[in-house]
Amino acid sequence: MSTVTRASLAEHIYTQVGLSRNESAALLEAVLDQMSAALENGDSVKISGFGTFSVRQKGRRVGRNPKTGIEVPILPRSVLIFRPSQVLKARINGMEVPAEDDAG
Amino acid sequence: MTKSELIAELASANPHLRSGDIELIVSTIFDEISAALARNERVELRGFGAFTVKQREARVGRNPRTGEPVSVDEKMVPFFKAGKELRERVNIRAVRAARRS
Repeated sequence: MSTVTRASLAEHIYTQVGLSRNESAALLEAVLDQMSAALENGDSVKISGFGTFSVRQKGRRVGRNPKTGIEVPILPRSVLIFRPSQVLKARINGMEVPAEDDAG
Repeated sequence: MTKSELIAELASANPHLRSGDIELIVSTIFDEISAALARNERVELRGFGAFTVKQREARVGRNPRTGEPVSVDEKMVPFFKAGKELRERVNIRAVRAARRS
């Protein structure tokens, strides 16, 4: 199974938009940076037709080392979740894309 | 942050580009990720995260209102796993707050 990477996304920007290869790569990075910065601030990122990235707070709980059985506290933490939009889910299943768009 | 807010921020950081071009860049990125997933490919952006597609088997579900059994076909579902760097950036405030308490 082939993998799409930064290089292939940047190549698409290069052919679609007509910026230089360097600038295409820089803009891709800027998009990822802006999204990361928003998520770091606890903000969610909603991309219509694609999905929503959001940050969820997890409380403190007691975990256990599965090997030794010793209890260890798991501190409160923030985790990132992605909810795909209906449009993306339909597209992946080769179905007709719903006209009404939500960002998921 | 919405897609249009993302475009607006990129536009103000890159005044030499037309906003139409920035819109096209952002759309191209998400469109290409979607297309790759539709081809059943994996999208890996180091530091940010990886998008993959998982297969869900067909199952017999239930209409939650009537309790009636309905068959659910097998389907593909998109998944996102945050990369190490982003995961740590998102978590950093929770960790600091926990240390203080």
